[in-house]
Amino acid sequence: MSQHFVSDKPFDPHSIENLTAAQERYYFASQWQLMWWKLKRHRLAIVSSIVLFFIYFGALFCGFLTPYNLHTRNIDFIYAPPQRIHFFNESEFVGPFVYGLEYQLNMENLKREYQSNTNDIQKLRFFCSGDKYKFWGLISTDKHFVCPAEGGQFFLLGTDRLGRDMYSRIFYGARISLTIGLVGIIVSFTLGIVIGGIAGYYGGIIDNVVQRMIEILRSFPELPLWMALSAVLPVTWSPLSVFFGITIILAMLDWTSLARAVRSKLLALREEDYCTAAQLMGAKPKRIIGKHLLPGFMSHLIASASLSIPGMILGETALSFLGLGLRPPITSWGVLLNEAQNINVVALYPWLMLPVIPVIIVILGFNFLGDGLRDAADPYK
Amino acid sequence: MLSYIVKRLLLMIPTLLVISILVFVIIQLPPGDYLESHIAELQSQGESVDQDKIKFLRQEYGLDKPFHEQYFIWAIGMLHGDFGYSFEYDLPVREVVGNRMFLTIMISVVTIIFTWVIAFPIGIYSATHQYSWGDYGLSFLGFIGLATPNFLLALVMLYLANVYFGTSIGGLMAPQYIDQPWSWGKLQSVLEHLWIPVIVIGTSGTAGMIRRLRANLLDELQKQYVTTARAKGMKENKLVRKYPLRMALNFFIADIGSLLPSVISGAEITAIVLSLPTTGPMLLTALQSQDMYLAGSFLMFLAMLTVIGVLVSDLLLAAIDPRIRLQGEIAK
Repeated sequence: MSQHFVSDKPFDPHSIENLTAAQERYYFASQWQLMWWKLKRHRLAIVSSIVLFFIYFGALFCGFLTPYNLHTRNIDFIYAPPQRIHFFNESEFVGPFVYGLEYQLNMENLKREYQSNTNDIQKLRFFCSGDKYKFWGLISTDKHFVCPAEGGQFFLLGTDRLGRDMYSRIFYGARISLTIGLVGIIVSFTLGIVIGGIAGYYGGIIDNVVQRMIEILRSFPELPLWMALSAVLPVTWSPLSVFFGITIILAMLDWTSLARAVRSKLLALREEDYCTAAQLMGAKPKRIIGKHLLPGFMSHLIASASLSIPGMILGETALSFLGLGLRPPITSWGVLLNEAQNINVVALYPWLMLPVIPVIIVILGFNFLGDGLRDAADPYK
Repeated sequence: MLSYIVKRLLLMIPTLLVISILVFVIIQLPPGDYLESHIAELQSQGESVDQDKIKFLRQEYGLDKPFHEQYFIWAIGMLHGDFGYSFEYDLPVREVVGNRMFLTIMISVVTIIFTWVIAFPIGIYSATHQYSWGDYGLSFLGFIGLATPNFLLALVMLYLANVYFGTSIGGLMAPQYIDQPWSWGKLQSVLEHLWIPVIVIGTSGTAGMIRRLRANLLDELQKQYVTTARAKGMKENKLVRKYPLRMALNFFIADIGSLLPSVISGAEITAIVLSLPTTGPMLLTALQSQDMYLAGSFLMFLAMLTVIGVLVSDLLLAAIDPRIRLQGEIAK
């Protein structure tokens, strides 16, 4: 028997195929790193995420950024129209200012009419003291980014039927409207992963029952069901409980698509060798699902979850608009729009419909971001 | 084919059963019942309560019985065409809702046709002209339609229609035609009012459909048979029409399943804003006043509408796509 030839030179696996630095970076990058690189190329998603970041930022610091408090009433200025910011008065630079409003009741049709008085120049103040508020409910302060002139007014987006500043109210409303989507998604995410995970891992009868349940829930028109469920919430509940009640109602119909995705992925993945290996080593189903199977497509799940946030925000807006969702004093964009329920509003006080603009922006933003995330999470693109 | 239809029909029974249980649980959830709050309200106004009638209703619908018995009374009644009693209107539910159901179905059907007519050409254009300006522009319009809350769009359209076309505000026909027999003028008036809800409800569904149709057609366009046909020198127009479009058509019909719930949801809220004589406004008041049988019948009816819609789409799909029709037989 002849001897095998064994070279005694040191073994270098890279001698045949050398990775360039760029290749190396690519091949050794983590999954999240790859996702981020792909996402960066999706310009619309990046722009959306920046816009969303600013909106959330605005909601976080709403007390500071707004001239008035949520419930400050200016009883002399009911249904005042939006004031324009001017910089020049008679071609002379004065800096940002607004003209004072003069109120007049039209005796013919009893309409409140406001006129700008061009002699009354009210210079805006910046980093100034105004209404007192509690910053994040902790620190009592009266500092605002912008305030009206002493004794003046500044209604950038007009006022409502109680003379409350719409601009401030939209900022305060953002807090609720933006969190309801996030809290809702956490609930539906958990539900979807647990239910879908169990159905996909065990299969068989459990899977069948869950599948039928999902089909039935999906065949039900969402809004009537939401309406019915929120009509069930007792009137005596505190605003905070109502908030969580509504969130859970919104989440209750939303988990189905996520559960479906989890299930179909798990059905395929549980046949993989590494799953069998884990089973043989005595790992419990909870550990196998949570440690070995889920992380494989977590990025994908997060992407599809972000796509269902807009639905929840719209749902809350619709419910509150109908008077079935959140109730004042809790203020969300839907609650604000509840005031614009009437055709008269469109004709006479169209600025009451302005809260719809942030709604549209946020929903578009989440849609674009979700699209980008989904493309980025897809390894085959 | 016949066995497929029978199978699909049989599958509907458990679905409807579960839905009915779900609906019943929901309408039973609020504490107390309508009669209790009704009596309290009458008494607080100093009016007398017709004890006999209350007692009769309570017995007839078994309001004093345990939960599951009440459910069976309700469910079995429904099978006989007795949908219960509307306490608010003091009439059997069937008489209250009859016409409204018809109008809801009409609006939904017209909206779906509208959605198709708009979404189909746009979806094809977007897919065949991917990443062109037209594609971007139309996609953006679709996104705006998706993001705008229905109810606000309804208000604005209503206002504009009133200002520019002089359409009367609210309702589905001019006031003078209400409760009149159908006539040419009435039909015209209905058509004049119908386009607002149809467009408003259609916007969100259309956007979703365009996106799905585009994605689907794009997938098809990348397949090898398209490349083969192109390599053989087939004209682009004919190629798209002959192959991928037919595949996309399947999906188009299958999509009724996801379109219908959204159309009905949209129809409800739009109807409330526009005060259309459909199920929407009545469902809202019924829910608020705990008029449980009325609300329950509405919910049941809306669910049934979607289930039947999905059934129709499944059957249509089976009719045009042999793969689905034969699936069961091959498996055997």
